[in-house]
Amino acid sequence: MTNGSDVRRYPGFGLFSLLFFVYLYLPISVVVFYSFNANRIVSNWGGFSLHWYTAALSNSALVSAVKVSLIVAVIATTISTIVALMAALVIVRGRDVRFRGLSETVVNLPLLLPEIVVAVATLILFSQIGLANGIVKLIIAHTTFCIPFAFLPIRARLQGMDADLEEAARDLYASAWIAFRRVTLPLILPGVLSGAMLAFVISMDDFITSNLLNSGGATTLPVYVFSLIKQGVSPQLNAISTLIMLASIALATVAFLLQRQR
Amino acid sequence: MTRHIKSPGWNVLGLLPTHLIMFLTLIIPVGIIVLVSFSTRGPYGGFEYVFTTAPYKQILFNEGWAGELEFNPQYLIVVARTLLLSAGTTLICLVLSFPVAHFISLQKPSLKVALIYLVTLPFWVSMIVRVYSWIIILGNEGVIEKTLRALGLIDDMDSLLFGDTAMLIGLVYSYIPLMILPIFASIEKLDPALIEASHDLYGSRLITLHRVILPLCQPGMLAGAILVFVPCLGAVLEPTLLGGGKSMMMGNLIQLQFGAARNWPLGAAISIVLMTAVLIFLVARGLRAVRRETTELAL
Repeated sequence: MTNGSDVRRYPGFGLFSLLFFVYLYLPISVVVFYSFNANRIVSNWGGFSLHWYTAALSNSALVSAVKVSLIVAVIATTISTIVALMAALVIVRGRDVRFRGLSETVVNLPLLLPEIVVAVATLILFSQIGLANGIVKLIIAHTTFCIPFAFLPIRARLQGMDADLEEAARDLYASAWIAFRRVTLPLILPGVLSGAMLAFVISMDDFITSNLLNSGGATTLPVYVFSLIKQGVSPQLNAISTLIMLASIALATVAFLLQRQR
Repeated sequence: MTRHIKSPGWNVLGLLPTHLIMFLTLIIPVGIIVLVSFSTRGPYGGFEYVFTTAPYKQILFNEGWAGELEFNPQYLIVVARTLLLSAGTTLICLVLSFPVAHFISLQKPSLKVALIYLVTLPFWVSMIVRVYSWIIILGNEGVIEKTLRALGLIDDMDSLLFGDTAMLIGLVYSYIPLMILPIFASIEKLDPALIEASHDLYGSRLITLHRVILPLCQPGMLAGAILVFVPCLGAVLEPTLLGGGKSMMMGNLIQLQFGAARNWPLGAAISIVLMTAVLIFLVARGLRAVRRETTELAL
């Protein structure tokens, strides 16, 4: 191979990387593979079947967990994206902002503290103020940890945008709102959308906080999946897992493509 | 005159919601948890605001009938296991990530983007599903056991599931993308001229790797190490699902105190220990650097 003469290449790294990608994707492929197993016992292959998918889709506990997760994720994503957008506009574009560095740390605070500690602390707070509504508790907690995930792509997009465009709009007598609505927002929209999508995926996927705050009627999808895992490996669990993976891969791909857009 | 796009009033208004939310849902709760860690356990679980250092003593000692303290390392073992598993995970991730990151950096741009996407993708796939997949692989009658038996290598084997090894495997699998990305970023910044120079001066590939590439990639490796090590310290799913009840880490020990064990003050005290450990590592690395690195990661 001509590659052999390239001093930058190291023999074996290619094979190693190939094995690495196998390692990365083999475990989740195993789940997908066994979800089509007709046999009730997971690791004994009993022929191809879609039975577990129909069983999963008619499982009412699963459907209600998906509903709870969707309600929480949609509301938490909406609030956190708006809040993150406002913060990003000031942190990147604002003039004479005091405590800019501090504000950035505050936005990213949920990434710096261990989630289990924050979850436990939130649990105590809610029990102290007597907040009982499970869904409301989840929405509040999810909104908090979604903010940095919504913030980072928005900030990146804002930093990549030419501030002169806004200035030009303002010079042409656009009000601050019109300049934002007609110039800034359309330009940073891919960042806002990918931030919202990341926030949504993070919320849908959260286990630690949702499990600790879990109370009657507020069981999210990952918490429900956890309870199934506790009951043991089953083909229906594999089917549910596969459906979850499909959804998150689709979302992550759209977010990835949005971020690449220039 | 052009008016400024944002006046100081707008600045305050824009940042207010974030600060308010973080203050009410993070700062205050963390303050309360400090308080609870110095409180007395309530008769029916929960806690009462009566000052005591008992929860912290409980981490190290058992209290006997007459109030005498007897050293009990059970929680200390959990703390040590957490630190060791996190360090082990970080080390394994470092060793596995470097060749992969290096290989990706040498590909042509379109393939590079595709490979980086493939590295990132599992990270967005449900965490719980990824950990669960290892139960199917490692468990009784699991993929590994069946494969080995089919090859005639074994008749019967102990389950690989539940224990430190299973946890280590799960932790590496969960967090390795966080190591590859910063190392990849630092290799990308490497000036190819330096590598050519090393070879022109008769440095072999190995010497170039040791003397030029690795030292220059150190910032990326350090960033990756923090990004893997810190979440490992607070891991909950991996120890709960792969560790079993006996092999615990701090994350599920805390969870247990707020669930079945109903000892909130002890749980709060362990939380403070965990948070302190995390903050020590973050401060040692420099908050600013960590912030920058987490930011780069999201791009």
